[in-house]
Amino acid sequence: MKLVTAIVKPFKLDEVKDALKDAGIQGMTVTESRGFGRQRGHTEVYRGAEYQIDFVPKVRIEILVDEGLVDRVVEAITESARTGSIGDGKIWVTPAEHVTRIRTGETGSEAI
Amino acid sequence: MRIWRRAGVVGGVSALALGLSALPAAAQETTVDTGDTAWILVSAALVMFMTPGLAFFYGGLVRSKNVLGTLMHSFMALGIVTILWVIIGHTLAFGPDIGKIIGEGGWIGGLDFIGFKDVGDAPSALAATVPHTAFGIYQMMFAVITPALIAGAYAERIKFSAYLIFTTVWVVVVYAPVAHWVWGGGFLNAVDGLGALDFAGGTVVHQNAGIAALAFVFVLGKRKGWPKEAFVPHNVPFVVLGASILWFGWFGFNGGSALASGGLASLAFSNTHVATAAAIFGWIIPEWIQHKKPTTVGAATGAVAGLVAITPAAGFVRPWSAICIGLAAGLVCYLAVNLKHRFGYDDALDVVGVHYVGGLIGALLTGVFATEQTALMGQKGLVYGGGFDLLGKQAAASGITTVWAFVLTVIILKAIDLVIGLRVNEADEDTGLDLSQHGEAGYSLTG
Repeated sequence: MKLVTAIVKPFKLDEVKDALKDAGIQGMTVTESRGFGRQRGHTEVYRGAEYQIDFVPKVRIEILVDEGLVDRVVEAITESARTGSIGDGKIWVTPAEHVTRIRTGETGSEAI
Repeated sequence: MRIWRRAGVVGGVSALALGLSALPAAAQETTVDTGDTAWILVSAALVMFMTPGLAFFYGGLVRSKNVLGTLMHSFMALGIVTILWVIIGHTLAFGPDIGKIIGEGGWIGGLDFIGFKDVGDAPSALAATVPHTAFGIYQMMFAVITPALIAGAYAERIKFSAYLIFTTVWVVVVYAPVAHWVWGGGFLNAVDGLGALDFAGGTVVHQNAGIAALAFVFVLGKRKGWPKEAFVPHNVPFVVLGASILWFGWFGFNGGSALASGGLASLAFSNTHVATAAAIFGWIIPEWIQHKKPTTVGAATGAVAGLVAITPAAGFVRPWSAICIGLAAGLVCYLAVNLKHRFGYDDALDVVGVHYVGGLIGALLTGVFATEQTALMGQKGLVYGGGFDLLGKQAAASGITTVWAFVLTVIILKAIDLVIGLRVNEADEDTGLDLSQHGEAGYSLTG
C-alpha cells in the first residue's frame, strides 16, 4: 500500500477529485494548507503598509492506494491539476505500512 | 443644533431656535414637538448602533486571537458609560455652568441633573422642543462611542481591568468638560462663548478621542513584534460591515444633532452621506496610484474619515462643500495614517490618523465653508467673505481641546499604570486578549 500526497491549487480541487474517481479510487482526504515553493508568496497592502505574504493557500490531498493503482492515480492528478503556470504543486508517494478500517477492524488492502 | 442656549442671544438660524428658546421656562414645558421627539429618539437608537458597528470595524482589523477583546472594548462602553452618564456625566456636561471663562461660558456644569434628577418630560434649555429625557439619552450615546473610538490605539495589548478604569475616569474627567464647553453652554460655545462651531462633534468627539489615542500610544508603547512582524487584518468583511453600520448610524449622529426634525436635520443628513461618498475616492485614488491596487480596507477607512470630517460641518455647509470636505478628508487621512510608520508609533488601528486628523480637518474646513444662512450669529466662512475670523476660532477651539485631552489623558494613564499596570504581560500578549483576558476563543475549529 502507498500513501499518495499531492499539493494542488485550491480551484483545481474539483477537477482533481473527478479525475481520481474516474481512476477508481475509493476515498480521499483533503486539507486546506499554506506554503511556498518556487512560486514564492505575494504582497498585501493594508492602509499603506505592505506585507510580504510568503505562504500562499493550497490544498493538500491524501489518498491510500494499492500499489497497482499508484501510477494511474499520480497520472490522474498530474493531468487534472496542471495549469502550466508556476505554483501547480507537487505529488509524492510514500509507503504505508499498515492500514485498519476502524468500523470493521479489516486491515491491509481490504481496508482501503 | 446643540449650540444655542440662552434666550435673547441667539442669532436667527431657525424659527425654532428663535421662537421657542425665548419663552419662559413654564411655557417651555408645553412646547414638546412630537415630530422632533420622534426624530431624536430614532437618532439616539442610530447612534447607539454605531458602537457595535465600531466593534466590528476594529474587530476585523486585529489578529484573530484578539477579536473578542477588541469587540469588548467597544461593547463594554455601552455598559459602563451608560451608567456613568446617568449618575454624573450628563449633569457635568449639560448642567448650568459654574463660573465664566469666555463670555457667559464656564468650564463645567453644576450638579442640578445628578442621577438624571429633574431630567423628565419638560424640555431642557438646550433642546427646546424635545423632552429632557430624550435629549439626555441622545447625548448619552455620544458619550458611549467617544471613549470606544480610542480602543483602536490600545488594541491587542491592554489589560481589561485597566480598560474599564480608564474609560470610567476619561469620560468624567476629559469628555464631560469638553462636551460642556462646546455644547453645554461652556466657554467655547457658539452663542455667547468663544463662538466656535461644532455641529455634531468634530472637536468634542473626534479630536478629543483622537488625541487621547496619541497619548495612549506614547504611554503604552508598541505591540510586541511591531512593525517587524505582519499585522494583517484577520477579517476584512467585518471591517466593511462595521464601516457600513457606522455610516448608517452616523445619520443619527449628525442628522439628530439638529435637535429637531426639519430642514436643518435634512441638510446635516444629506451632507453626511455626500461627504462620505467623496471621501472614499479621496482615499482610494492616492492608494491606487501609490500601491497599484484600490483596497477594501482603504474604501472602508476612507468612508469613516469622511464621516468624521463632515461631523463638525454637517449643518453649516452646502452639499458642494461637503464634497470638498470629504475629498480632503480621504486624501489627508490617507497621508496621515502612513506617518505612523515614519515616526515609529504603534497607533494600531489608526485612531490618530483618521479621527484626530479627520476631526481637525472638519473643524478647520467648517471655518472655510460655513454659510451665513446656516451658521449661528451670522458667522460665515472664508469662502463666503467671512475672512479668518471663524477659521481662527475653529483653530483655537481645536487647540484648546487638543492640549486638554492630551495632557489629562497622559496623567490618567500614568496613574493607572502606576497602580495596576496598563499592559498585559508578554505571555498574555502572545496568547491574545481573547484567551488571556476573557477565557474564550473567537473561532473554534470543530464547532
